[in-house]
Amino acid sequence: MDLRFTDDELAFRDEVRAFIKQSLPDSIRQKLIAERHISKDDLVVWTRILNEKGWAVPHWPVEWGGAGWSPMKQLIFRDELQQAPAPEPLAFGVNMVGPVIYTFGSEAQKKRFLPRIANLDDWWCQGFSEPGAGSDLASLKTTARRDGDHWLINGQKTWTTLAQYADWIFVLARTDASVKKQEGISFILVDMKTPGITVRPIQTIDGGHEVNEVFFDDVRVPLENLVGQENKGWDYAKFLLGNERTGIARIGISKARVRRIRELASLSVYGDKPIIDNPRFRQKLAALEVEIKALEMTQFRVISNERKREKGKPDPASSVLKIKGSEIQQATTELLMDVVGPYALPYREEREADRWNEPSAGPDWAAAIAPTYFNMRKVSIYGGSNEIQRGIIAKAILGL
Amino acid sequence: MDFDLSEEQQLLKDSVDRLMADRYAFEKRKTYQASAEGWSREVWAQYAELGLLGLPFAEADGGFGGGPVETMLVMEAFGRVLALEPYLASIVLAGGVLRRAANAAQRQALIPKIAAGELVLALAHSEPQSRYDLFDVATTARREGETYILDGEKGLVLNGDSADKLIVAARTSGGRRDPAGIGLFLVEADAPGLTQRGYPTQDGGRAAEIALAGVRIEPGDVVGDPAGGLPVLESVADDAIAALCAEAVGAMEEALTQTVAYLKTRKQFGVTIGSFQALQHRASDMFVALEQARSMACYAAMMANEADVAERRKAISAAKVQIGQSARFIGQQSIQLHGGMGMTMETMIGHLFKRLAMIERQFGDVDYHLEKLADTDGFVGAQ
Repeated sequence: MDLRFTDDELAFRDEVRAFIKQSLPDSIRQKLIAERHISKDDLVVWTRILNEKGWAVPHWPVEWGGAGWSPMKQLIFRDELQQAPAPEPLAFGVNMVGPVIYTFGSEAQKKRFLPRIANLDDWWCQGFSEPGAGSDLASLKTTARRDGDHWLINGQKTWTTLAQYADWIFVLARTDASVKKQEGISFILVDMKTPGITVRPIQTIDGGHEVNEVFFDDVRVPLENLVGQENKGWDYAKFLLGNERTGIARIGISKARVRRIRELASLSVYGDKPIIDNPRFRQKLAALEVEIKALEMTQFRVISNERKREKGKPDPASSVLKIKGSEIQQATTELLMDVVGPYALPYREEREADRWNEPSAGPDWAAAIAPTYFNMRKVSIYGGSNEIQRGIIAKAILGL
Repeated sequence: MDFDLSEEQQLLKDSVDRLMADRYAFEKRKTYQASAEGWSREVWAQYAELGLLGLPFAEADGGFGGGPVETMLVMEAFGRVLALEPYLASIVLAGGVLRRAANAAQRQALIPKIAAGELVLALAHSEPQSRYDLFDVATTARREGETYILDGEKGLVLNGDSADKLIVAARTSGGRRDPAGIGLFLVEADAPGLTQRGYPTQDGGRAAEIALAGVRIEPGDVVGDPAGGLPVLESVADDAIAALCAEAVGAMEEALTQTVAYLKTRKQFGVTIGSFQALQHRASDMFVALEQARSMACYAAMMANEADVAERRKAISAAKVQIGQSARFIGQQSIQLHGGMGMTMETMIGHLFKRLAMIERQFGDVDYHLEKLADTDGFVGAQ
């Protein structure tokens, strides 16, 4: 047992850190530090910088652009991105549909889609959740019916993140209603420009526009856009959801936010001393840092065990990462709220546009804090809610 | 980074686990506890045979050169069965002082006997008023020619009533709460002027209050620098915290295992109570708390030998905070989910809870260590 990074891992971390420092446009970094949304162009620019370096999809198989890194190096890489802070490549492409395509897709699909995912030529979004199918995803109602050499898709998806930017959507649709609900679902790739698709924005409690409803009205999709076998889509969906393991705890993001908390708490004076000197505040911050440290060690343990596990089978202990990681992310935003105090109140219309430059009420950085706090409530809901994760632990680990 | 045990470590773990399975059924533990010393000399001899008693000592001194990871494996196994033997007192605490501060003659005279199980030591560092402050020492060591004369009261000396010798912290100079001026002295348990009152502790262990009145210390029994004992104590306390973290992880793991087993067998309303989601989620939260604690016990073991003292102390404090929080949650919920059965002396779960509650208060509780951490710049430094 040796719980220190090896020299090789340390050198790798330094290399990644230096590259990000040198290559990440400062305007993007500043937006992330200030908890503002980055634009579509920002992510495209950064993804292409990474892709040129060969680092856009490091966890993929080498033949499709992977870097051949160990799980620990992949983790270090993501941690460094999160801590910089730098944007992470679009998860819907590189972590979700990409691995499904290279694992279950046809050769033609691999050649057609994978390079474009890595370079963010295609922006992907996820067509899983429906108004009546959230945690009980398998009860989804969107249908895909064979019609000549096309699928005819009808139904509605929701919570579709950044569908407003998307070129493609991967859809779970029911292709057989006569069998058990998990056994009649197929995984289909759909061009967002296809007639019959309507995207309607959903404004979330932070005032932002991240998610959408997507309506399918007699949408005709070529049969060849089916991934793998018909009616096996549920298996691919489970693979996809279980594949998102490394970095699920977003520890790097929480570390970056702790840094930000210290900085802002040093700037914010209450009475005659900065908030960072308040003993109660310091203890709350210390308690949070203990949790972060513990989760970081837990994450190392999960990663370290990964090589002993059957390939593609997620460790149910990663539910611990999801639960604690989301709680910690939320706790960091609560501390930010404590720092900003009453000037959390003023609301600004739009976090992503240039209108941000209008004069602010209160400190310049204050207006983004409350929306971040509101927005972060999502992390214990998405990706399998924390209650679903507790169910996984109870069943898969404790055998209850 | 590598969490795998080496072949030797795996071997050690397997043999300790086997011994505990053999010798430490809960009913047997009751008989050990009921004996005069409150633990089993016979089991102690088997620890010696397995090499556990010499584990952390240097090979040159007659030990096996084990580190904090080896101690962690042993303590975790002890935690699962609630072992009563004075391993923490004699090997980790008093032994830790000897490893760090004793001279060659003292090592030669003591360590082989400790490793053989022939000599039991205890560390008398704390006092009735000192709570968790290692530097709070009122007991005095007055110089008289070549000798020292000890006067004062030591409290909560773990297994003090079983020890053949004590290592006593006493002040050679300075005021009660001065960091400098603390010396460490070897004292025979039956030394003239020493009286002790042994008593049982809440968790089934034993401790003693010790009064020192004019106890004479020969020059050969001064351990290390007679004014520089505090860094030794601090370092030993950090070892002890790492060891307690591991013991707590063992006890928490056992508490969760027993609780889950109970949920799977206990029936109410015609079904096993483990089928209720409220209880499933509680058990899942216990698992999360256990995993976080296990991670920090590993971290404590990794950092216990860290050369940078500030970093070491920070890591150890963080570990103790996490273990304290997890221990409280798992301990209390184990009782809750056992219902009335959790309240009885007959079932082991209550004993696991009690030990966890006591570990919370050994070498600093959550508030104490949080306060220490709050004085630092934390873990997430500038990048």
